Amino acid sequence: MLGKLTWQAIPFDQPIPLLSGALVGLILAGVLIWIVMKGHLPYLWREWITSVDHKRIGVMYCLLALVMLIRGFIDALMMRSQQALAFHSGGYLPPEHYDQIFSAHGTIMIFFVAMPFVIGLMNFAVPLQLGVRDVAFPTLNSVAFWLTAAGALLVNVSLVIGEFARTGWLPFPPLSELTYSPGVGVDYYAWSLEISGVGTLLGGINIVTTILKMRAPGMSYMRMPIFCWTSLASSLLIIAAFPILTASLAMLLLDRYVGFHFFTNEAGGNAMMFMNLIWAWGHPEVYILILPAFGVFSEVVATFSHKSLFGRRSMVVATLAICILSFTVWLHHFFTMGAGGDVNGVFGIASMIIAVPTGVKIFNWLFTMYGGRIRFGSPMLWSIGFMVTFVIGGMTGVLLASPAADFQLHNSLFLVAHFHNVIIGGVLFGSFAGYAYWFPKAFGFRLDERLGKAAFWCWFVGFYVAFVPLYVLGLEGMTRRMQHYDRPEWYPWVLIAGVGALIILCGIALQVAQLWYSIRHRARLREPTGDPWDARTLEWSTASPPPAYNFAVLPTVTSEEPYWDLKHRARELGRLVTEEPHYEPLEMPRNSATGFVTAFFAVVAGFSLIWHIWWLVILSLVGAYATFVVFAWRDIHEIVIPVEEVERLDRANRAARARALEAAR
Amino acid sequence: MSRTPRWLSWLAVARTSLAASLLLAASGCELAVLSPRGPVASGDNIILLDSLAIMLVIAIPTIIATLIVGWWFRESNQRARYLPTFAYSGRLELIVWSIPALVVFFLGGVAWIGAHTLDPAQPLRSSNPPLEVEVVSLDWKWLFIYPQQHVASVNHLVAPVGVPLHLKITSASVFNVFFVPQLGSEIYSMYGMTSVLNLEADRPGDYFGLSAHFSGDGFPGMSFDVEALPAADFAAWIARAGSAGPVLDGTSYRDLLAQSANVAPYTYRSAQAGLFDSIVHGELPPGSGPALTPRPSH
Repeated sequence: MLGKLTWQAIPFDQPIPLLSGALVGLILAGVLIWIVMKGHLPYLWREWITSVDHKRIGVMYCLLALVMLIRGFIDALMMRSQQALAFHSGGYLPPEHYDQIFSAHGTIMIFFVAMPFVIGLMNFAVPLQLGVRDVAFPTLNSVAFWLTAAGALLVNVSLVIGEFARTGWLPFPPLSELTYSPGVGVDYYAWSLEISGVGTLLGGINIVTTILKMRAPGMSYMRMPIFCWTSLASSLLIIAAFPILTASLAMLLLDRYVGFHFFTNEAGGNAMMFMNLIWAWGHPEVYILILPAFGVFSEVVATFSHKSLFGRRSMVVATLAICILSFTVWLHHFFTMGAGGDVNGVFGIASMIIAVPTGVKIFNWLFTMYGGRIRFGSPMLWSIGFMVTFVIGGMTGVLLASPAADFQLHNSLFLVAHFHNVIIGGVLFGSFAGYAYWFPKAFGFRLDERLGKAAFWCWFVGFYVAFVPLYVLGLEGMTRRMQHYDRPEWYPWVLIAGVGALIILCGIALQVAQLWYSIRHRARLREPTGDPWDARTLEWSTASPPPAYNFAVLPTVTSEEPYWDLKHRARELGRLVTEEPHYEPLEMPRNSATGFVTAFFAVVAGFSLIWHIWWLVILSLVGAYATFVVFAWRDIHEIVIPVEEVERLDRANRAARARALEAAR
Repeated sequence: MSRTPRWLSWLAVARTSLAASLLLAASGCELAVLSPRGPVASGDNIILLDSLAIMLVIAIPTIIATLIVGWWFRESNQRARYLPTFAYSGRLELIVWSIPALVVFFLGGVAWIGAHTLDPAQPLRSSNPPLEVEVVSLDWKWLFIYPQQHVASVNHLVAPVGVPLHLKITSASVFNVFFVPQLGSEIYSMYGMTSVLNLEADRPGDYFGLSAHFSGDGFPGMSFDVEALPAADFAAWIARAGSAGPVLDGTSYRDLLAQSANVAPYTYRSAQAGLFDSIVHGELPPGSGPALTPRPSH
């Protein structure tokens, strides 16, 4: 009846996952009860869960990322503390537990923190920057988000029911094959990523279509903000790369479920092919993450330097160059498989060539700052922190791209330090910059700057204290994923890295405090003008928070920085440039529970596939298909926003602008 | 006039000072990867330090410039010139693209040379004929077979000083990476395949070796010792190994397939000829994996 699922699946012998699972369960139940008792449930259902508004979905993506960041970071703290204790001892985490933790840490941080964070920012900002009312496929957008959340949920279910993969964040066969990993851990991993991977692919298709087909009148490609360009490049990479991930994991699942031999030791399987395939996805993946972050920095640096971005055209060319080159370098992840000098040399040099457009970007931000009037708001602090940190991370990356150097550093903690250097210093700092930058746009009030800056300094200092020791450890020959060790020269550096993790913990605590404090004091932090940073792109021309339809009248774009030019002219004239437009009622897509219901069935299907509960698999797949049918045959697609509503909101925005203009004189 | 081009000697100076400062930064303790005890590790080091030196030339000024520009053009600085229209300069763009391109041009050259001269399969130049060693990674220990000497050992690699080691490496189960930081390059061990690695120790001593690719629960207990001995001592060790201990053949090899970690080193007095090839060709079964319980109890 329940397949492989028995009481044995609950880790009664392991207090840590059980207690933490119980704690999380209690908190969730508490929040749920509070929501129901306070009568917030209908509001949540109507305004968030079933919302197809790209801004709401973007916010939910970012919220998912922040929650999962805490989960992934707890894993990191456990790894650091285990290694701090495991010198000449077993530490407090046995291997079968420790191995799950580092696998979960990597999986969660990449797929359920970094990915949703950048996709959330793209979702929120791209349509606003393009001057349009929504994404191309609003309901699909909701489906994409909820499928991502479904994957995240399944990963967390593995904490208390069964186990997670013990193979590392990429499940290399033959270790991940049934012979060597007979438990359900790899199945949890693979089904979670199959489900969320489909979500990511749908999200990528949505953003590409939006950018290619739905720009405001007059917004030619070269007038698009750089963030839209990097989002386009990143989403194109998603479309090209994610099917590879889905297919490779599907082959692994075929091996595990129905006795295929794609990657097994026996019967002609080839495990190297998995490595090949997974990195053909995996290397573009890091550019999927970093390109939107580059876009955020381009917006933030220009805005906070009070200048246009230097070398726009170069930035676009560099972005597209990275987009294409990222598909030509995957072999540098396994130079040490002995492919020979020519192959290694070609891929090494190809990898280094990516440093050229990336270097151009760094210099262009530098020249954007040059001659500016720089304000050090927290988004700018994240950006400067990024520029300094990323140069170091890029440098160690190019070092690893040299095959002979990689021969001694592959899989060492030097490598671990390198990719944290670019992922934290690049993707995460970029996401935090975007979070601080667009938060007032999303909610109409600012985040508290004091706490935000304190959080930045903790992250910045904590990063160096945590990861410079890992560079040293790599040079001392320490490899990654050691549950215990006995080399005395490693011990002090492991301890220092642990201190760094604690400093980062302070940073995260300050960020949580910042959010809580800012919500409590939102009246004082209210931002009435809609343009708190004196910014340059179209999203700042509408109210904060923007109405559901973003713009009462679609803006007409005549330059690269339409909003800045408009603002500039208004300042010269001393009045608003445009006359009050002729308002019309607007049609917007209707809310839909399709995403949520589909994701519900996806979770049930994933869970029952993991535990071989076949009847439930069939039932949930039928349910998911039925949901699609109901959606496809729906009668009412859109709701009409009455003209009075449009008028009222836009007049308020215009009045706020006029007041701000008055105040500035 | 010296025969080495001047920039090469500058590079050598930069390399030495870089190595020294990295050592200093590590507060005097020795960094295994940067303390080579053989020609391969030295070669890898040269590539590593040269590349780092070339990049630091550009990275350090960039970081400093970022901080200076950021600070000087702060809003409150009245002396800084505000140039709101400075958003394009063809000449600067050219420089901006050329600097990283030039750096990568140099680095690419270094990388290309390194990839070829230090290719793991490349035989080492030496007056001594190489010593053949066959290496098998098992769950979770290393088996070293000396086909010419007909002995074998577990978790203990003994090598004569100044003699190139010609290592043929395979796996009995999952992927692992053979790695002796002070001797140089790593290489994967994979089931059904043979990887070739050439290493040499040019000084007697004990060096630590480990697996550099996660291979399951026993992975951290998969370390091994490398002992580099003068030729005479090596011969004595071979003789000692050949005089006692069990025999390595198909039957005793099957015993090794069961999972175990932190195995204390021991030797086999004789090793069946052709065993390595039978492992590679799948004539012997692969590692059996964990005993089939859903959750390991402890």
